[in-house]
Amino acid sequence: MAKMHVKMTVNGKAVEALAEPRTLLIHFLREELNLTGPHIGCDTSHCGACTVDLDGKSVKSCTLFVGQANGAEITTIEGIANADGSLHVLQEMFREHHGLQCGFCTPGMIVRARRLLAENPDPTEAEVRFGISGNLCRCTGYQNIVKAILAAAATLNAEKEAAQ
Amino acid sequence: MNDQTPTATERAEKLQGLGCARKRVEDARFTQGKGNYVDDIKMPGMLFGDFVRSPYAHARVISVDKEAALALPGVVAVLTAADLEPLNLHWMPTLAGDKQMVLAVGKVLFQGQEVAFVVAEDRYIAADAVELVEVEYEELPVVVDPFKALDPDAPVLREDIADQKEGAHGPRRHPNHIFTWEQGDEAATNAVLAGADVVAEAMIQYHRCHPCPLETCGCVASMDKINGKLTVWGTFQAPHAVRTIASLISGIAEHNIRIVSPDIGGGFGNKVGVYPGYICSIVASIVTGVPVKWVEDRIENLTATAFARDYWMQGKIAATRDGKITALWCHTTADHGGFDACADPTKFPAGFMNICTGSYDIPVAWLSVDGVYTNKAPGGVAYRCSFRVTEASYFIERMIDILAIKLDMDPVELRLKNFIRADQFPYHSALGWEYDSGDYHTAMEKVLKAVDYDGLRREQAERLAAFKRGETRKLMGIGVSHFTEIVGAGPVKNCDILGLGMFDSCAIRIHPTGSVTARLGTISQGQGHATTFAQILASEIGIPADSITVEEGDTDTAPYGLGTYGSRSTPVAGAAAAMAGRKIRAKAQMIAAWMLEVHDDDLEWDVDRFAVKGAPERFKTMTEIAFAAYNQAVPGLEPGLEAVSYYDPPNMTYPFGAYVSVLDIDVDTGEVEIRRFYALDDCGTRINPMIIEGQVHGGLTEAVAIVLGQEIAYDEDGNVTTGTLMDFFLPTAVEAPHYETDHTTTPSPHHPIGAKGVGESPNVGGVSCLSNAVNDAFRAFGHVHAQMPHDHWRIWKIAEGLGLHG
Amino acid sequence: MIPAPFEYHRPASLAEATGLLAELGEDAHVLAGGHSLIPMMKLRLAAPEHLIDLQDIAELKGIARTDGEGGGEIVIGAMTTQHELIASDELARAVPLIREAALQIADPQVRYLGTIGGNVANGDPGNDMPGLMQCLDAAFELDGPNGRRRVAAREFYRSAYVTAREDGEILSRIRIPLPAPGHGFAYEKLKRKIGDYATAAAAVLLTVSGGRCGSASVALTNLADTPVFAADAGAALAGSDLGAAAVDAAVAAALAAIDPAADNRGPVAFKQHVAGVMLRRAIARATERATERAAEQTV
Repeated sequence: MAKMHVKMTVNGKAVEALAEPRTLLIHFLREELNLTGPHIGCDTSHCGACTVDLDGKSVKSCTLFVGQANGAEITTIEGIANADGSLHVLQEMFREHHGLQCGFCTPGMIVRARRLLAENPDPTEAEVRFGISGNLCRCTGYQNIVKAILAAAATLNAEKEAAQ
Repeated sequence: MNDQTPTATERAEKLQGLGCARKRVEDARFTQGKGNYVDDIKMPGMLFGDFVRSPYAHARVISVDKEAALALPGVVAVLTAADLEPLNLHWMPTLAGDKQMVLAVGKVLFQGQEVAFVVAEDRYIAADAVELVEVEYEELPVVVDPFKALDPDAPVLREDIADQKEGAHGPRRHPNHIFTWEQGDEAATNAVLAGADVVAEAMIQYHRCHPCPLETCGCVASMDKINGKLTVWGTFQAPHAVRTIASLISGIAEHNIRIVSPDIGGGFGNKVGVYPGYICSIVASIVTGVPVKWVEDRIENLTATAFARDYWMQGKIAATRDGKITALWCHTTADHGGFDACADPTKFPAGFMNICTGSYDIPVAWLSVDGVYTNKAPGGVAYRCSFRVTEASYFIERMIDILAIKLDMDPVELRLKNFIRADQFPYHSALGWEYDSGDYHTAMEKVLKAVDYDGLRREQAERLAAFKRGETRKLMGIGVSHFTEIVGAGPVKNCDILGLGMFDSCAIRIHPTGSVTARLGTISQGQGHATTFAQILASEIGIPADSITVEEGDTDTAPYGLGTYGSRSTPVAGAAAAMAGRKIRAKAQMIAAWMLEVHDDDLEWDVDRFAVKGAPERFKTMTEIAFAAYNQAVPGLEPGLEAVSYYDPPNMTYPFGAYVSVLDIDVDTGEVEIRRFYALDDCGTRINPMIIEGQVHGGLTEAVAIVLGQEIAYDEDGNVTTGTLMDFFLPTAVEAPHYETDHTTTPSPHHPIGAKGVGESPNVGGVSCLSNAVNDAFRAFGHVHAQMPHDHWRIWKIAEGLGLHG
Repeated sequence: MIPAPFEYHRPASLAEATGLLAELGEDAHVLAGGHSLIPMMKLRLAAPEHLIDLQDIAELKGIARTDGEGGGEIVIGAMTTQHELIASDELARAVPLIREAALQIADPQVRYLGTIGGNVANGDPGNDMPGLMQCLDAAFELDGPNGRRRVAAREFYRSAYVTAREDGEILSRIRIPLPAPGHGFAYEKLKRKIGDYATAAAAVLLTVSGGRCGSASVALTNLADTPVFAADAGAALAGSDLGAAAVDAAVAAALAAIDPAADNRGPVAFKQHVAGVMLRRAIARATERATERAAEQTV
């Protein structure tokens, strides 16, 4: 099958490549672009380990063909640190509150949490739980993940307030 | 010394040693997407393997036609059993003394069994080629019920050993029978049962489930034909054992095999076993001369790699009228699937199921276990528990609740009445264990107070009255459990896997500048070993944890050890770390004595230094001593500062805990809302309370999953009906409840730092606690016991059976 | 899990898309959010040779309200995502039932991509929107080689994955008549966990005036091989006082209309039971809402 020409912006960088149309976005990111942060956990769009940000939406890159992402702007875990290279507050808070163990779900979880906080900067615990319900974790039982996201929200809001 | 001199307390804090909630050193890479899991490994020229699997649970393989697949551009090889046979690799030994087909040899015994292995230039071509391999099957009658498997006219599953009367664990009495394992005193137990005031009986089924780590199993095998060295990176919970097994079955000398466990995305027992994918990748790399990667998908993971549980436990428990337990009897039918691939120590074909007397002082007991073949996937791993301990604990904790009903007694009162008392430790159980330490009454009473148990029972009574008045359709259930684990396998005298004694190890190298590399025989899969083992060492050798790098999982560099499962890392490798640290300290003391020109005995250890007794201003810090070890010729001592310890534990450790859960059940829909979960764990000395709490949250959530719906289910034709995460229940953040955690501390008397291990306790205690709560909700209506999983329809069925739907 | 090869097309207009479908014939399949189709392709239960991705077709997007004579309507482009349905305040004001239901579909990531058109068009009895559309008496617009036609949601579903859509047609728009102001609504769904299909679900839309039910509409999800529009159940409620007898009659009528199959969610008897439970709850909540909203209007 003929390969197709795809262009997209990934973590702020323009990317061009030839790819088989059936290439799943997750494989394109991991194998073509060497962005191995997003993982494959379930193959059927249930676990969210492959979550990346696509044009402002959290998507499961295992259930998306590379062609569908043609022209899109994509952010993976590798692209969420601050411009000065310091870690994103979610990355800090996941460590601070022990929001990860084996680390396999973490990239998808943090990328999803980042979008959640962009849409709802001051969520309740229930809203956080509902907001990350497309991401499975087998290690933490979620309690410390929820804590980390709420702490990140509080930090971001305090920073915003201080800036005003 | 002046006012700026840090006090001993300040110096100790700086070490971030035992008891400190140190942040994890692993997190920097994981939060930035820089972990290195097996599927992240990329090598030049690497090929990809993929399996052709059987759609049938029991069938003869008539033919395998690989021509069309081989004709597909990009396909390099298609392996079948016929290709493996000349290498004698068509069968492989299991960890349980049985053997397992690597690729189907004449027949298949479970759905999803490996039939052929396709090797191609990329995973897409490999997947296409799998579709092109044509296999002709002849279906055979399927056996999914372990009781029917022993019928006289049951189809013979393992024709290869049909006539073999003796198995790895003694006599076999039927072609589908694997072993009988007996413990305790049958005659004495039966005598007590016959004359008892009260006997409660029940069949307790612990359904088949699966550890299902978020990362599936996989490997990259690379045979370097120039130097003759085989390297395999893979999801191995026991890399050193894998190396030995790989050497034994491949004939490659062990020093020419390097096994590496990179970052592992959760294991929970799933990654203990040796799977056909590993063997086939190794063979494919040997055949092709380039690296070969194999990573299973989720369906393959759930249908073909190791399941857990699947125990049917028939129980009888005897007591006096006033509730003193006098005997326990258990017969277990263990469904092992098509091959016996349990990961248990050799002498324990049913693991430590004989811990089933639990936390109770039961004078006499009898346990027998029959292992049985069926047309299901092989496995029987310890899913977030020590070997068969969660089955044992579930059994006794359900039996206690059932006995309480029979005695018309509160389940807590019955427990308190029968607990082993603190003054009875070390306690010898009727089924042969020596419990090291415990204080069960204190733990239980602390929990009862914290949750206001009496208040909860009053609330339950009020709600029940409201239910009966028709004001609510919800019933409140209160679950209580008290578990005793047996972990840290184990003493070499009775614990081995394939003849490998279950010791573990630590090698420490202190560098001249006082920083440290420590290597252990275990491997973290999320437990945070790099953080906690450094803490143990920091306290032992007085060097800050931040200056200690912990490495595991590379057999070329790490000392031999049996790996991480069964909560054995802290009890065994953690002990090895402490012992190796003490060897370092002993040598450091001699160096310091020489530097300070005093006798060794005139020095005392002071947090991070040796100081002269009575003259604390005369001291040498470990940093100074480390440099001296490389810089000065100390008479009678070799240069350098290194130590290795291989630790053979004198006994297992016995963590315990008391849990209470409160839930509301909607009798019309079967929905369960866990309102409260209070978990008190006693894991002995606590190394890192933050990590302990995280382990408890995770283990409890796995218990929630198992109790409320997680199941590997088969239909009568042996088809797996729960093969994806749509049907195989893993809770999301919405279904997972909030937990309250607590602890008591009863150190292990035989462990160098008194630690017992904790990662698996919450699953062991959590399952019985929640199942007890579900059953308790219906106790007022005469309900006694329902089998797990307690998913919506099965709970509805309880209510329906009790006439609660009008 | 790797799909079979295919060619990818991304037309910019509906005409181009229907043209491609006509040209490529039955080897082609349209792709909306992909969350039903792509897993099927990865399992190789579906292997179209051509995929026609509709994401660039502007005319398939958006939510518009018109207030015409004889009642207005809401028109929703087929490529509108569940996330966009939830986010639309206008839709929430006009047809609040949709937000309530959409929040119970799948999970956040899937809702960002999953579309209403894909959900109603593929004929999966597990999908929530088909029953909802029947409850709302929506009509689907189908664009094909012979132009555009409309099919009522209540006439659209034949059996599992078989619908009134002809090969070569694309479901382009959903037209929903505006429910009466102050109507009551509810979508009650029992599921095992987030992301699951319904074990049983019921959609109810009704009006209440002076303590009596004006009109009522009832549909159920995943309780037969198609969504079930329970006309008799609605009829049992309409004109009644919504008291126990009327609700019992409605539930009996609905249960007579369903034909659930046993699966991992439970045996048939359980599904029958919870279908009734979901419907009772939906009726109760819709009634409560209608009564409240009626009271607000009189104030």
